[in-house]
Amino acid sequence: MDAEDAKLVAALRAGDEEAFRRIVVEWHPMLLRVAQIFVPSRAVAEEVVQETWLRVLGALDRFEGRSSLRTWVFRILVNTAKTRAQREGRVVPFSALNDPARVPEAAVDADRFLDADHERFPGHWSSPPRALPEERLLAGETRDVIAAAIEELPAAQRAVITLRDVSGWGSEDVCNALDITEVNQRVLLHRARAKVRRALEDYLAPEKE
Amino acid sequence: MTVADAISCQELVELVTDYLEGALDAADLRRFEEHIADCGKCTQYLAQLRATIDVTGRITAGDISPEAEEELLHVFRDWFAGRAGTHEPPRN
Repeated sequence: MDAEDAKLVAALRAGDEEAFRRIVVEWHPMLLRVAQIFVPSRAVAEEVVQETWLRVLGALDRFEGRSSLRTWVFRILVNTAKTRAQREGRVVPFSALNDPARVPEAAVDADRFLDADHERFPGHWSSPPRALPEERLLAGETRDVIAAAIEELPAAQRAVITLRDVSGWGSEDVCNALDITEVNQRVLLHRARAKVRRALEDYLAPEKE
Repeated sequence: MTVADAISCQELVELVTDYLEGALDAADLRRFEEHIADCGKCTQYLAQLRATIDVTGRITAGDISPEAEEELLHVFRDWFAGRAGTHEPPRN
């Protein structure tokens, strides 16, 4: 177990409320966001997160530190959320939601490239990516634009980008949580990122008339 | 660059995620890198994708409501009280 986690776990086992408050404040919002991937409503997601914390405390004595405490908590969340989704009769597997092989989708609209049979530059950019002003990329409202673009995504794409890029999970954890293959995960991530980039471009560098 | 197996910009943008994930095979990786080395527009696209990933990682998930926070602290106190009760008292 890493030293930070060891200290934290010891504090929690000793009943240190401030230690618990710190991880609740830090992790709860992301737990809620991840729970919403699996269950149909915010209200149910809140119950799932509440139940997760109960299970975390109940199992704390058995935590051995083979993963980080944070990863362990999120695993408990995913299990809790999946069980709850099943009970709610909402068991649409993510792999079935958007089988990438069945539904082709371009990362960048075809009309931004020259035709494949163009004499000199087949498939080259005709409308290249418009420069994104660096200084506005990090502004708060840019993050809002990204959050809104993610909301708009199909469920499976939203799930993958939320776990990978918003929460920073590794691909293996994402595949396990969503029961999808590595290949499908990459395709979903690819499409999700492409749309978010497009939303940023539209917002930060709108097309001139 | 051998023109025969070069990839176009339109093909390149579809390989960007596999490239970033380290999932391209040797031949595609070579084609990808040869194209990028030569193409400012695709270099720009790749840089934008990286920037997108970076900024997406900065989205905050919001704040917990004070009510939920208080409720969870109650849960924690109850848990600890129950746990203390089920354990043997420390011996002196």
